[in-house]
Amino acid sequence: MTDMETTAASRQQVDAGRELPAATLAELHEIAARYPDRRSALLPMLHLLQSVQGRVTAEGIETCAAMLDLSAAEVSGVATFYTMYKRRPVGDYHVGVCTNTLCAVMGGDLIFERLKGHLGVGNDETTDDGKVTLEHIECNAACDYAPVMMVNWEFFDNQTPESAAAVVDDLVAGNEVRATRGARVCTWREAERVLAGFPDDRADEGPSAGPASLAGLQLARERGWRAPQPDRGAADGDAVAADQASKGVREESDVAVDASPAGTRHQDKKRSRDAAAGTETSNGSSKEAGT
Amino acid sequence: MTDPLTPVLSDNWDTDRSWTLAAYEQLDGYGALDKALGQTQDDVIELVKSSGLRGRGGAGFPAGMKWGFIPQGDDKPHYLVVNADESEPGTCKDIPLMMASPHTLVEGVIISAYAIRANLAFIYVRGEVLHVVRRLQRAVQEAYLAGHLGKDIHGSGFDLDVIVHAGAGAYICGEETALLDSLEGRRGQPRLRPPFPAVAGLYACPTVINNVETIASVPCILANGADWFSSMGTDKSKGTTLYSLSGHVNRPGQYEAPLGITLRQLLDVAGGVRHGHELKFWTPGGSSTPLLTAEHLDVPLDYEGVGAAGSMLGTKALQIFDETTCVVRAVLRWTEFYKHESCGKCTPCREGTWWLAQTLTRLEQGQGTEADLETLVDLCDNIVGRSFCALADGAAAPITSSIQFFRDEYLEHLRVGDCPFDREASTLFAMAGASA
Repeated sequence: MTDMETTAASRQQVDAGRELPAATLAELHEIAARYPDRRSALLPMLHLLQSVQGRVTAEGIETCAAMLDLSAAEVSGVATFYTMYKRRPVGDYHVGVCTNTLCAVMGGDLIFERLKGHLGVGNDETTDDGKVTLEHIECNAACDYAPVMMVNWEFFDNQTPESAAAVVDDLVAGNEVRATRGARVCTWREAERVLAGFPDDRADEGPSAGPASLAGLQLARERGWRAPQPDRGAADGDAVAADQASKGVREESDVAVDASPAGTRHQDKKRSRDAAAGTETSNGSSKEAGT
Repeated sequence: MTDPLTPVLSDNWDTDRSWTLAAYEQLDGYGALDKALGQTQDDVIELVKSSGLRGRGGAGFPAGMKWGFIPQGDDKPHYLVVNADESEPGTCKDIPLMMASPHTLVEGVIISAYAIRANLAFIYVRGEVLHVVRRLQRAVQEAYLAGHLGKDIHGSGFDLDVIVHAGAGAYICGEETALLDSLEGRRGQPRLRPPFPAVAGLYACPTVINNVETIASVPCILANGADWFSSMGTDKSKGTTLYSLSGHVNRPGQYEAPLGITLRQLLDVAGGVRHGHELKFWTPGGSSTPLLTAEHLDVPLDYEGVGAAGSMLGTKALQIFDETTCVVRAVLRWTEFYKHESCGKCTPCREGTWWLAQTLTRLEQGQGTEADLETLVDLCDNIVGRSFCALADGAAAPITSSIQFFRDEYLEHLRVGDCPFDREASTLFAMAGASA
């Protein structure tokens, strides 16, 4: 029997008698097949199991262990190491309030207090209706938008206790909620599926960037600041000729750039930036960022 | 003379649907890739070396030199791993970059993988940023469909696959060897070095691990040349980089500037510390870099300048705190973070961070004694440098620096028997109220 046959046989053994849906088992195998070493699949596999079962179950641990030729203890050791894996059922909406230093100082502590009272739950607890799990979280890399709240790992920027409570009310009421920088909020289980490597169709929702992400860029546009112009002649040898040829084409098109209505999208970044001098571009983007 | 701000990495963030391949290609996107594929791998490494690009994840190690450590002509597969596990408190540059322009990163990945002769690359992104994961997944998918990824890229004969891998919540996985363990499906715990990842990294094969911003800087170097890149910055710290201002500043956000700008200059362009208040303390590069104060406003924010001032450039995460902030509360909260995030592998860190948190909790509540300050310093002394990785060093940094600069404020807590600060006064809502 070859190794592959052995693996296939053991997979069938593993799959038999499990209560997980066959489609889930197939997807778990699919994840494992992405990697040169199947064990690398363990984190995304646990994400997928959470999307199906709402938490990491003993059954899920056993399934991963059997599929990856690990002991249940090894898988359990991994599942308990990472904070995103939950052993107790998570609500439809995981609400995380950043209470690391900067967000705490900027109001995160007060937001967290308010939500605890508002929802009647403590840290890492779920409301009785199973809708919302509240947790204080560590720095989520959005400090320029402090204080920050995450709903199913989508950004809710510059929150106040009032705005945070309003978001939670909307979630509980089943209203559509949109992240400040992100998509329409999906359920926690749907989010976990994306993290397992099965994309949904929401990548194109939401803005490119929020106002803080663009703060320096907009100022540079207003003041005409930019990086030095590259000296094309000094760039690496082989590419010079081709580059200069294309430059000639560009210089012709620059005439059209200058004459066309502001806000038109152009091929040549550098020159159109010169022409626009930060007027239309920055206005356009601040509109986008504001929505 | 270079302009104060030099948007390159952030230059396309305000374009319409900037995250899409169409928008990226409109601005010459994937043009740098052609230039790279037209050169030998060694030439690309040489170019990045001579550009002076240093790692933007905190340590500042020269990127080209790191690539040069990968053994050539061995029979093992090589791997490129992008560290997109941005989690250092205060650090918020890679997430907006990947949100607004994931293709800049993907193009950088392809060029870098080509240079180190890797045919498989991973983007290890923290799991807690769903929309960024989506944008990366989409960008990689678009790149495959356009022939920028997959077999025989642009007819060069070079093959590359990229896997977007979401983490699951662990600060320690930002440490490169812990990240590798995590990517291998284990608990994220640091490895003893040597061997370094360049020799025995992922699956014990030669591996380059670079921060998002480092890899995203590669396409502009290919496009514009090493001299262009190194014309920005200071003597030993070259290029343009993202500075992230947060906290009590009028216009927080991302400010891309040449390395070596000062906080005074950055505050000037960011509208200053919030109105009616003054700078009390700040971090130059996240919470693991020793605190600095108003006396350091003119320190050049490059690797050497901040080092000479007794701190570290780190991730250039400038967290600004004004006089309404209690430094003891701030440091306690960071300490609780390190306690929570210590992976538990090394005893000085696992036990030490718990003792630090307990002692600081007493002090913050105005209990304890002055001798506790000496205990803290002594504890830090016994923790720093005694673990596999730098997490514990980071835990000690805010404590020792805050005692150095704000010893009286600790003592004031003891005199008052409580924290003498009003928590409401430091909040964003207080700011809104004050300016309304």
